[in-house]
Amino acid sequence: MSTAGFNSQNGTGTGQTYANGPSQNPVAPQQLPGVGYGMAHQPTYNPMQAKAPPPPAHPGLYPSGPYQPVTPVCSYQPGPPHTSYPAASGQSLLTRPLMGGPPSRTPPQSASPGPRVPAAHATPPPPAVSSSGYYTNPQHPMAPAWQYNAAPQPMGPPATISTPPRGPVAGHVNPASSSTGPPPSTAYSPAPPPPPHVSHNVTQPPGPGMSRSPQHGYTQPGTAPPPMTPMAPHAYQPNRAPYGPPPTGPPPPTMKPAPLPIGLPMATNATPPPPRADGVPPPQPGTPGLHLGHYPSLPPGYQNTGYQNASAPHNATSPMHPAMQHATQPYTQAPPPYQQPHGGPGPAQLSPSLAAMSLQSTTPEALRVVNLLQERNLLPPTPIPAPTPCLQQDLQKINCHPEVFRSTLTSIPQTQSLLNKAKMPLGLLLHPFKDLSQLPVVTSSTIVRCRSCRTYINPFVSFLDQRRWKCNLCFRVNDVPEEFMYNPVSRSYGEPHKRPEVQNATIEFIAPSEYMLRPPQPAVYLFILDVSHNAVETGYLTVFCQSLLDNINALPGDSRTKVGFITFDSTIHFYNLQEGLSQPQMLIVSDIEDIFLPTPDSLLVNLNECKELVQDLLKSLPTLFEKTMETQSALGSALQAAYKLLLPTGGRMSIFQTQLPNLGVGTLQSREDPNQRAAAKDVQHLSPATDFYKKLALDCSGQQVAVDLFLLSSQYCDLASLGCISRYSAGSVYYYPSYHHQHTPAQVECFQKDLKRYLTRKIGFEAVMRIRCTKGLSIHTFHGNFFVRSTDLLSLPNVNPDAGFAVQMSIEENLDDMQVVSFQAALLYTSSKGERRIRVHTLCLPVVNSLSDIFAGADVQAITGLLACMAVDRSATASLSDARDAMTNAAIDSLTSYRQSVLTIQQPGLLAPACLRLFPLFILALLKQKAFRTGTSTRLDDRLFAMCQLKYQPLVYAMLMIHPALYRVDDLSDEGALNISERTVPQPRVLQLSVEKLSREAAFLMDAGTVMYLWIGRNCHPNFLTQVLGVPSYATVPDNLYLLPELDTPESQRTRAFVGWLRDQRPFFPSLQVIRDESQLKPTFMQNMIEDRTESALSYYEFLLHLQQQISK
Amino acid sequence: LLLLLYTNAYGLYHMIIAFDELKTDYKNPIDQCNTLNPTVEKVKKIKRVKIAIKLVLPEYLIHFFFCVMFFCAAEWLTLSLNLPLLAYHVWRYMSRPVMSGPGLYDPTTIMNADILAFCQKEGWCKLAFYLLSFFYYLYGMIYVLVSS
Repeated sequence: MSTAGFNSQNGTGTGQTYANGPSQNPVAPQQLPGVGYGMAHQPTYNPMQAKAPPPPAHPGLYPSGPYQPVTPVCSYQPGPPHTSYPAASGQSLLTRPLMGGPPSRTPPQSASPGPRVPAAHATPPPPAVSSSGYYTNPQHPMAPAWQYNAAPQPMGPPATISTPPRGPVAGHVNPASSSTGPPPSTAYSPAPPPPPHVSHNVTQPPGPGMSRSPQHGYTQPGTAPPPMTPMAPHAYQPNRAPYGPPPTGPPPPTMKPAPLPIGLPMATNATPPPPRADGVPPPQPGTPGLHLGHYPSLPPGYQNTGYQNASAPHNATSPMHPAMQHATQPYTQAPPPYQQPHGGPGPAQLSPSLAAMSLQSTTPEALRVVNLLQERNLLPPTPIPAPTPCLQQDLQKINCHPEVFRSTLTSIPQTQSLLNKAKMPLGLLLHPFKDLSQLPVVTSSTIVRCRSCRTYINPFVSFLDQRRWKCNLCFRVNDVPEEFMYNPVSRSYGEPHKRPEVQNATIEFIAPSEYMLRPPQPAVYLFILDVSHNAVETGYLTVFCQSLLDNINALPGDSRTKVGFITFDSTIHFYNLQEGLSQPQMLIVSDIEDIFLPTPDSLLVNLNECKELVQDLLKSLPTLFEKTMETQSALGSALQAAYKLLLPTGGRMSIFQTQLPNLGVGTLQSREDPNQRAAAKDVQHLSPATDFYKKLALDCSGQQVAVDLFLLSSQYCDLASLGCISRYSAGSVYYYPSYHHQHTPAQVECFQKDLKRYLTRKIGFEAVMRIRCTKGLSIHTFHGNFFVRSTDLLSLPNVNPDAGFAVQMSIEENLDDMQVVSFQAALLYTSSKGERRIRVHTLCLPVVNSLSDIFAGADVQAITGLLACMAVDRSATASLSDARDAMTNAAIDSLTSYRQSVLTIQQPGLLAPACLRLFPLFILALLKQKAFRTGTSTRLDDRLFAMCQLKYQPLVYAMLMIHPALYRVDDLSDEGALNISERTVPQPRVLQLSVEKLSREAAFLMDAGTVMYLWIGRNCHPNFLTQVLGVPSYATVPDNLYLLPELDTPESQRTRAFVGWLRDQRPFFPSLQVIRDESQLKPTFMQNMIEDRTESALSYYEFLLHLQQQISK
Repeated sequence: LLLLLYTNAYGLYHMIIAFDELKTDYKNPIDQCNTLNPTVEKVKKIKRVKIAIKLVLPEYLIHFFFCVMFFCAAEWLTLSLNLPLLAYHVWRYMSRPVMSGPGLYDPTTIMNADILAFCQKEGWCKLAFYLLSFFYYLYGMIYVLVSS
């Protein structure tokens, strides 16, 4: 049946068939709602699917996954292959040119498809299924891996047929993929009609049985077969959906300019895609109808999904080629049959389609429609790059680096109403003091600024003539000062536009004296150490003193640098370090109610003059309190004393605290009820219990004192209240739960490395940061650690290179007549050398007036980061459940808006533009993040620390916390490796966070930002164990292994190079924990598998269904 | 009594001005103000927040006093007109941010655009209410004087 349908499609009617398909789809969706992916498709399918299909579907997906393991591209292809198959005929035609690479892939994929297809036919009944079912089986993960292996074999037979299709697909999808396109073409020519069928059949067939089950592993034996069939139906449906999108895609094209060019090049590789984009879409609609008939019989869309996924991966892999991807995806998405139609059209219309492509190039890759329910492998194999604003090339070239300055929408809506309609948050994410390898520094007696708005001259101003420039923020025309006419770089005169200020979006000025209110302050460091019994027990003092001794010469500063120490338990101890004393003198103040400084002049001493005394003190401190029995902690009074000490100069105080302050001012009570840690309902006590710390922080902020908090506690410490001290004084918070010098060696190492970084990193004192933006835009809310002093001014007593900020923006006046808008962040600070400096970052973004352009410019990572900040605020002011709802609604609203306003063709399924395809995944990840999760036991302090980090960390690191990266590390190879300073760093692909990706025979590294887990499968290859871990067998892997032994084997070198490379990329030190299956940490590791279902949270698939339900309401 | 009310309206007016300054000031810091002068700016800003804080409690107390007076004079209609506002004041004060001293506004959140806009709107609404009641009381007083 299906074949016939396909044929017709292929021939000419494909288009028509597609059309039918779509129509069917609509119906299906309605019914489907209940079900899952399958539902989207036709009802008939659903029933089937419902029964068993879901599992199959997964299998389908999984298979794709397995493939992927083999090769990133391949893996994607697996999915695509299926689709491709169907498409094969059409696609092949299109793709053929490109296909060169695809062939390789095709075989495997095809193989899988082949089997599946048969199954599909057979299985169609398997109905629907429950996607949830898949998820439900968390354990299956392992199986999948196996399946992968197995899959290939089954594929063998089908492969021949299918391969051709895949080839094409592959070609479309990823040019990058090695698979060759050509095969497909040939293949399908023979197989075209059959392939479609085959694909359908295949998908299902695999299911039939064994093939699928094995491949899918997760599907697991029983389910696998049935699922397969269901899958097949799905696949079809998916296809339809994809088709739909493609058509829509073209319309949106606004982005075109940039994307197109890219796409085209890509296209060359994947020529097929273009066809798809153009002709394919229409055909697809028609095909659907045809398919429908078939589909009914076909299983749910899982298979399709699988295919799609595969295709998606391709896309992901080949993100670069927007056009290609677009094209490919649609194709891939479309079930094989559909694809065929596409392909059919493509081949037939190749030249026309190509032409169309160029025309349509307008459709940006970012807007390619993705049916999330059908495409499973959406995660790109490499870190996601920030989208590029659609600007003229010369502007784009000099624009601020996205790691420093990034906007959630790279195209700014013209009006607030347009922004409201898009339902996406508008905001900026900044990392203003980031350590930069190249930073132009300008010394000049006059810093050129706009006379009206005080904007610093930047690359986006326009020069009216040699003597005048027009501000790009307020549009005032200013004079170019005489001095600016001379260019110190080229030593020429009369070229103001060649000055470094006008050539660099990030620049640093050395400020003249007008920028100082007082002489630049010296670097002043005050350490406040908890020495109560509890603190001595943890043994942190030794580590701290040793670290400081080691790094005492690396503290940033000049000859004026001052240091001081205060220790406290129930009393406050000061240390007189005045020059001339033979040894440090301890002064004890026991009147903590009315604190005073015993000898104000000699407590803070010049580091250079008194270095020996300081060193003496550091050496004796750990032993000084060894026998203490004092258990109380008067932190509040110690802070007041420290504040008084730093009052005249400003500076930085670092607090090391190990327990709840329970004496004197600032006393806190334990508010956590351990029985409520896993409460599914609201979490209490997320806001501070007292405003003592906040008020003190504001006082500190006013005196240019920043407070950094190191919390090393095994018990509840009320971070919600204590954290305020750092939050409003622009400090940072470090938290080492359950720190103990013997019991938690990983924490100790982490603490050591963090301390080293903390002590030696750059620091800016008495800083302010002002964010200016083009007239019409205004700042709504700031997120991060600071005190907001004015609507656009942040007071930062200290600024450090690891601090990130987020800003919500609103549009107050219509940006009519503007092509671009600019944002400028200027950070004025005193360097540790006593220089006053201004670091200026300018970002320029285009203004657009259509919703599709706004969606095309959405930056899903930045949006996620900003939403996380907003949710943290919401949890504190309202409640955690409110915050969770708000995040879910953010996803629903933006996708609804996209569906209603941008999509011209309504299709079933959960449709998202390609640029937002990861949005639901990230939202789900946020919901499962420590900060926001419910139902899983989470200590209040852990939760609050996660919240602090979400607000305070720069986006790159926050994203790792939200969505950890999973790599397979037992088969690292030098293929595609980076070469960094003579070290070869392998680049394994990023895997989805699903147990299905795990395999007992492999080892996986999960990078969760602040911690890394190395998970060793039970049957892990002995080679890996001996060569990398240095143990003879799995059973002998120690439980508390946190270091990779330095073995002289290529495997070990690769693994260590990779882990080291990951660590080098971030300023803090992620500890590494080796986890075995029986390990206590296994639950922690598994909690990060966010695509899987847990007792208290939805699986990714279920979450998508939930979104779909809400959207279709 | 009238005088008191007038004082209240006047105080509120100042509060609105203070908020308005908070919002608009430094947004267009035209040449006049050297924006790089953080201390001056900061002192001003904090002063404004403090003004606002200092004005809140007296306003609430005066309004409460009025209500008590109306109650004593058995002016039920007038009292019922004022009760909603009284209830609002009580609620507002109960749900204020955590702070040890008296006051309504938190300097760390007041610059949030939503909160600032809300405070301003609240100020304008209450000003309008006080003015209307002022004329209403005036009318009532004259009416009483004339009729007696």
